Amino acid sequence: MSHHLVEAKDVHYSYSDGTQAMCGVSFRITHGESVAVVGANGAGKSTLLQHLSGCLLPGGGTVRIGDTLLTRKTLAIVRRTVGMVFQDPDDQLFMPTVWADVAFGPINLGLPADQVRSRVEHALETVGMSHVAGRPPYRLSGGEKRAVSIATVLSMDPSILVMDEPTSNLDPRARRRLIELLGTFTHTKIIATHDLDMAMELCGRTIVLSQGRIAADGPTADILRDESILAPCGLEKPLSLQGCPICSRQKR
Amino acid sequence: MADIDSRMAEIGWLDRLASRDTPLHRIDPRAKLLTTLAFIVAVLSYGKYQLAPLMPLAIYPAVLIALGDVPLKFIARKLLIVSPFAIFVGLFNPLLDRQTMLTVGPLEISGGWVSYASILMRFVLTVSATLALVAGTGIHNVCRGLERLGVPSVFTVQVLLLYRYLFVLVNEGARMSRARALRSAGSRGMGLRVLGAMLGSLLLRTLDRAQRVHAAMCCRGFDGHVRTIEALRLRARDAAFLVGWLGVLALLRAFDLAGLLGAIATGGGR
Amino acid sequence: MHMSDALISPAVGGTMWVAAAGLVGYSARKMRHCLDSSRVPLMGVMGAFVFAAQMVNFTIPGTGSSGHLGGGLLLAILLGPSAGLITIASILTVQAMLFADGGLLALGSNIINMGFFPCFIAYPLVYLPLVGKKPGRGRIAIAATLAAVLGLQLGALGVVTETTMSGIADLPFAKFLLLMLPIHLAIGLVEGLATTAVVSFVWQARPDVLELADSPGDGRGRLGSVAVCLLVAAIVTGGVVSWFASTRPDGLEWSVAGVTGKAELAESTDGLHGALKRAQERTALLPDYDFAKTQEPARGGQAPAPEESSLGQWFAPSAGTTVSGLLGGGITLILVFLIGWALRRRAASAPSA
Repeated sequence: MSHHLVEAKDVHYSYSDGTQAMCGVSFRITHGESVAVVGANGAGKSTLLQHLSGCLLPGGGTVRIGDTLLTRKTLAIVRRTVGMVFQDPDDQLFMPTVWADVAFGPINLGLPADQVRSRVEHALETVGMSHVAGRPPYRLSGGEKRAVSIATVLSMDPSILVMDEPTSNLDPRARRRLIELLGTFTHTKIIATHDLDMAMELCGRTIVLSQGRIAADGPTADILRDESILAPCGLEKPLSLQGCPICSRQKR
Repeated sequence: MADIDSRMAEIGWLDRLASRDTPLHRIDPRAKLLTTLAFIVAVLSYGKYQLAPLMPLAIYPAVLIALGDVPLKFIARKLLIVSPFAIFVGLFNPLLDRQTMLTVGPLEISGGWVSYASILMRFVLTVSATLALVAGTGIHNVCRGLERLGVPSVFTVQVLLLYRYLFVLVNEGARMSRARALRSAGSRGMGLRVLGAMLGSLLLRTLDRAQRVHAAMCCRGFDGHVRTIEALRLRARDAAFLVGWLGVLALLRAFDLAGLLGAIATGGGR
Repeated sequence: MHMSDALISPAVGGTMWVAAAGLVGYSARKMRHCLDSSRVPLMGVMGAFVFAAQMVNFTIPGTGSSGHLGGGLLLAILLGPSAGLITIASILTVQAMLFADGGLLALGSNIINMGFFPCFIAYPLVYLPLVGKKPGRGRIAIAATLAAVLGLQLGALGVVTETTMSGIADLPFAKFLLLMLPIHLAIGLVEGLATTAVVSFVWQARPDVLELADSPGDGRGRLGSVAVCLLVAAIVTGGVVSWFASTRPDGLEWSVAGVTGKAELAESTDGLHGALKRAQERTALLPDYDFAKTQEPARGGQAPAPEESSLGQWFAPSAGTTVSGLLGGGITLILVFLIGWALRRRAASAPSA
């Protein structure tokens, strides 16, 4: 199962304006793992995800997806292996209808038409969105858009899912549904998020980023409980670990 | 600001109409596009003083509106708010052409008024047919039809992307505009400097969005060409629609139905 | 500024359609040469931006009125002429479909008037040389304003030419031009100011963005300008020919007679004329109320130009605007309404399959 491996070795990246976004990031994620990437705004989460999904090439160091080293030549293979769900569904859903959007990836893979159709059907069914197939994306609710975004990636049958803030801008019920949906996936999952409660529920492992470096990497339960790790990185304990707000106020 | 919201509401209305399922929606977009074009050419091919012969052609938009169950209110509102250029330029006709063309009892009607009425008739006919076509087809299907008729996909993809992001960008623009209005202490208009900064930052956001959309496309194997496998099939009923209407239009163009009916009516009246 | 279907003749509209289609095809082919897949979403989203920006009104300095951005020049500056043209064409198409701004047959004219002139004339011939290699605030302002004014003046000229050639509106060419050019001078100045405001903001915030435009200076550009010149020639000749052919048959006849020294053509059309007139007489059952266009000059000193009255004469026998015709038209309108109403009721009651 080595093709589900994700490995970063001493990755460096700086933007054209000189901002150092990654300074020596190394980790190794194995098959079936579910990893949360957390950190304050500007810590480098999005930059890291873009490296993993083949949107950016490392300025220094290496990224390996499965057996493939990420280079300009292997971009196509990497993009086929990794499914990237963007933060803003409006960026991800650019086709005129949901169906056409979910079919966009499989068509580009060069699959025959009937196979494209069955993949689209299956992906929409998985996220429970078959009923909106004919609708244009701008007429979906926030939760529906998010689910369809995930379907557009699932239809490419990736082994690794990379997600940027999947629970942002969702109402509580839509968030709950999304967490349940993600829990059913057996893919290797890498999720960048500020929603530490979701991280507690979904991810066994957490990587904490701070100023382009890894500040901590370990079991989620340990890291999210440790104020000495969280506070310097601009994070707080997840609400579920903060105790009942009403009871704790009474104690004071 | 208010007009942004109302224009967006108009677009939303059209979009909802377009997403229904009526007999008009089920006709192949190519058939509808071609007949509508033929209709417009037919309407515009009449001479400038030919008013009465234009009237029977109203059957085409009327049937489209009926088949597509398009609310008349929608068409009427659009007709009223649509760009007044033709109405304005046409107004010169009655001023410039004052020769009497028609006398109805004591009333003398000049050629200018007849040609102006003809311009208005053309306006109502072409606009209502176009709106009914779009309301009964949708931009997406119009573009699919255009593509099948040989329009380069570079162009149709642009139209579709524009339409898709219109909804996103207008919201973004309206939010900025609202934020400005809230902080400008009641001053009505917007100065150029503010406009430059506002549109400029909306533009920069737009460019960032274009980059993100491109990234999202690339992650799903985009190579510069947007492909689709949604097939269009020209069925017997579509062909019948096309041929039937072309025939009707040709007949109406060849024979002056209004004149004939008028002759019968006045002949019978005597 | 949008040409309207109601004012255009099929010949002029068709000619402009062919020209616009050629231009879009040419631009599409040129884009394929510098294929960079990021342009696809860039153009689409930029089109939506201009569409959204057009909805924002702002105060015109020194006046109480408001204006909005047109966008053709801005798109050319940000995307380059070819991509700019395709984008403005897509904007016009969506406007024609959503707001019935312009119209389907007038779309070609609108693409030429509002896309070709700013993108392929004003941008390369005015904006680029003036702004030079090192843009500054002042240079951008001057270049953008002059280019916008020129683009809009040419566009207005296009509108006037196409309208007069179509012959539906009575405004004579010169008067119409005198009416349109000053208005569009004002609109052009506003467009220039708005374009300047946006471009200089972008130039300060993200100068790299202004380098996205494809450079028209390469060898292909020169080939392109040749093609563009050919296209202009085609439009002009096609337009002139169709003008004579469609709306001024007398002019064509006159020039043909002038060239050949014979009046055969005129006679043969007279025959057709006569037939039509006889048909008209036969069908006209209300002779008292019939077509009675007098040949007296118009009142109020607004004497129409001679060719116009002869134009009226020319159309007269086949005009078909008679009281009985109008009555018949009214009957058909009622019939049409009834048919539509019945159809709608049937459509509403039928189960949607």
